[in-house]
Amino acid sequence: MSSHASPVHHSEAPKGWLRHYIFSLDHKIIGTQYILLGLSAVTIGVILSIMMRIHLAWPNAHIWGFSNGVVSPEDYLRVITMHGTLMVFFVLTTVPQSGFGNYFLPLQIGAPDMAFPRINMLSFWFTFVALIVLLSSAFVRGGAPISGWTAYAPLSAIGQIAGPGEGLGQTLWVISIALFCGASLMSAINFLGTTIDLRTKGLSLMRMPLTVWAWFITACVALMAFAVLLAACILLLLDRLAMTSFFIPSGEMVSGVLLKHAGGSPLLWQHLFWFFGHPEVYIAILPGMGIISHVLSTFSRKPVFGYKAMVLSLSVIGFMSFMVWGHHMFVSGMSPYSGLAFSILTLVIGVPSAIKTFNWLGTLWGARIQFTAAMLFAIGFVSVFVTGGLSGIFLAQPALDLYLHDTYYVIGHFHLIMGVAAIFAMFAATYYWFPKMFGRMMSETLGKIHFWMTFVGIYCIFMPMHYLGYAGDPRRYASIESVHYLFRLQPVYVFISIAAFITAAAQLFFYFNFFWSIKHGKPAEQNPWHATTLEWSVPTPVPHDNFAGHYPTVYRGPYEYSVPGVADDFVPQDLAPELVAKAG
Amino acid sequence: MGSRKSCAGSAAPAVMMAIVILALVGSTLYFHIAKTWWFPPAITPVGHRIDHQFLITFIVTGIVFVLAQLTLAWMVFKYRDHGQKVRFVRGSHMLEVVWTSATLVIFVSLGVMAAHAWGEVHFGGPAPGALQVEVTGAQFVWTFRYPGPDHKFGRVIPKDIDASIGNPLGLDPNDPAGKDDIVVPDMYLPVNRTIELMIRSQDVIHSFFVRELRIKQDAVPGLVIPIHFTVTKIGDYEITCNQLCGLGHYHMHAMLHVLSDAGFHQWEQKQEALNAQ
Repeated sequence: MSSHASPVHHSEAPKGWLRHYIFSLDHKIIGTQYILLGLSAVTIGVILSIMMRIHLAWPNAHIWGFSNGVVSPEDYLRVITMHGTLMVFFVLTTVPQSGFGNYFLPLQIGAPDMAFPRINMLSFWFTFVALIVLLSSAFVRGGAPISGWTAYAPLSAIGQIAGPGEGLGQTLWVISIALFCGASLMSAINFLGTTIDLRTKGLSLMRMPLTVWAWFITACVALMAFAVLLAACILLLLDRLAMTSFFIPSGEMVSGVLLKHAGGSPLLWQHLFWFFGHPEVYIAILPGMGIISHVLSTFSRKPVFGYKAMVLSLSVIGFMSFMVWGHHMFVSGMSPYSGLAFSILTLVIGVPSAIKTFNWLGTLWGARIQFTAAMLFAIGFVSVFVTGGLSGIFLAQPALDLYLHDTYYVIGHFHLIMGVAAIFAMFAATYYWFPKMFGRMMSETLGKIHFWMTFVGIYCIFMPMHYLGYAGDPRRYASIESVHYLFRLQPVYVFISIAAFITAAAQLFFYFNFFWSIKHGKPAEQNPWHATTLEWSVPTPVPHDNFAGHYPTVYRGPYEYSVPGVADDFVPQDLAPELVAKAG
Repeated sequence: MGSRKSCAGSAAPAVMMAIVILALVGSTLYFHIAKTWWFPPAITPVGHRIDHQFLITFIVTGIVFVLAQLTLAWMVFKYRDHGQKVRFVRGSHMLEVVWTSATLVIFVSLGVMAAHAWGEVHFGGPAPGALQVEVTGAQFVWTFRYPGPDHKFGRVIPKDIDASIGNPLGLDPNDPAGKDDIVVPDMYLPVNRTIELMIRSQDVIHSFFVRELRIKQDAVPGLVIPIHFTVTKIGDYEITCNQLCGLGHYHMHAMLHVLSDAGFHQWEQKQEALNAQ
């Protein structure tokens, strides 16, 4: 990059390992740091779910790491709390947006870096500290909290007396989430500033890749959602440490002790939490929707069907995500009239998601599909998104939620629509962008084995959970021993557990493929997928300041594949019109 | 890999995708129709209405599910790369309008239909003369209270709560209305009479759930939340807690015994006699 003398300013990578890899200001390094942080968190999260599955299927099995090898009820609740918190915050929120977004937003809009590199570094290190604080809760007196990732008050607010882990463990949990909120707010500001200000010449809004649109809308949502969660965390911390009573009513008699708190509302926590929590679902999935549109178009060799409808539906989802939080509270004691309003709004927010699905199918219609590992995960995403979306239509109706609320049906639903769908998008993104990130190709064969085992596996895990829900199986039960009608469900537990072990084992193919290919993969061309967007216009590995001072000019939209009358089946965004080779 | 080289062998993933999706659709339909794991029969009129709404929702979403998944499988198979020309198309305004309005109408109609059952549970009050029962959740037991012959609940005082001396609800000994209150660890209800539950909690949030009633309601400290229903079938049913309330959440369990009118009367008299001792 520095071989030719250029009058344009461009910066050099900092010398020194610490400045280059640890306290880096380079969005590419920071993006990679986020991805590796997410990979660590997801690894712990999966190990925790394996523990849950062993315990649920074989309650007397000895598991390493627990006292006497026995998983006590409070251990089980600690495990579910940590699993949920790690997965929702440190994987689903972190990787698609902060990880891939950091790496590829500047590249896709022709920018040298994020708008605020120092804030970017600070966001990452806040996230890192938040993760360490969260994990440390497992090692303090009383252990990790038992109140679930939703931390409903008063259970989470009244301290040690509520149960093991509700002392220092829960306090550390709240501090961790507050730090995470800070990180996400800084990151959101950075994404907004970058997208608005640093787009290269010719890159008008309606020429932005759908990934960029998705990251942009997600940042808007995150800015408002995490602000509210931060406030809620501070109030909860005050209730715990300063004897305030935001979430604790008077007359609380816990374990024979009358608490001195008075005047608070447990429902206030739920309102604040879900005012964050529902947008959070979209924070997790919107970047995935962008990535899937991007990958589907590339390997269909077709423009995204209905680009404008895709942009519009992303925006409507982002806007409406703040109007549906009450559907988590149909049975909470909230006014039933509010419940009805939230129900209708929730069904309406299903419409833009349906629009996206139709447009993905439209993209495949008349395509020439190349079955790369990335494409398989994108197709799998569409299938999972349809399945998980439709079970949401049941839960959106309060009359049906009266039965299904807090049963395994809900677990099956949100794992498919939020967890698996977002994870599939991350896998698609990894297989797709790996060549640009590391200059080498991942093994397609291993990628395909990984896909098929995972795709079949997740359906075997999560579809039966819907049936457990029909049978009325409540979630967050450490054991089914006290409820007679649950006894006959034990074989289903065993089936799910075996499916979970196989699916988890399939991820070893991914780990191996990922780390092996960094060093030993086939060297990648600059644009191995013959894609059109700007990240493929720069050399691999990407120069420190991305475009080496020569910023591209964008002449067209992002998905110009198989344009009639053009020789190649793709036209890069930055290819000058006079250079486009005519067919024949 | 180049875009031209991928033609070879591309039928295999397409066929595989079709097989997985067919298996998904087939097994999903099978387990919903065979009802291998299913709701127990409903025992209230509103429960039957909820089941009906479930069936309608299942039919509508089931059709969408089958069509969407099969379309996906079919497209993946049909448009696999076998060297064909791509049909260049950017979208269709007409199609966008059609599928947007269609889903909007279908989704909102389902919501409006479901509103009836929801309204029946929550919008109106119970019929006059309903039997009132207070349900109290505490870590990790349910306690049920009946007003007794005077039809009035006595006052409860949190500081008086002490299960070890037989006062798990903290009944005020100085309130005469509380003298005849019946306090029991399982719930007894008469068949075919309107019941109004007043749901409370002493400590953290719990959730009252009886599958056969098709009703779940959180018990929130600081609130008394009423729900009402009429049971039409005699029998024994399990009450569980459905909101994470601490380490004993999974064994917070009680029984609901629905008795004949005479049987309930007999039970009441026995309890009143016990109280009088």
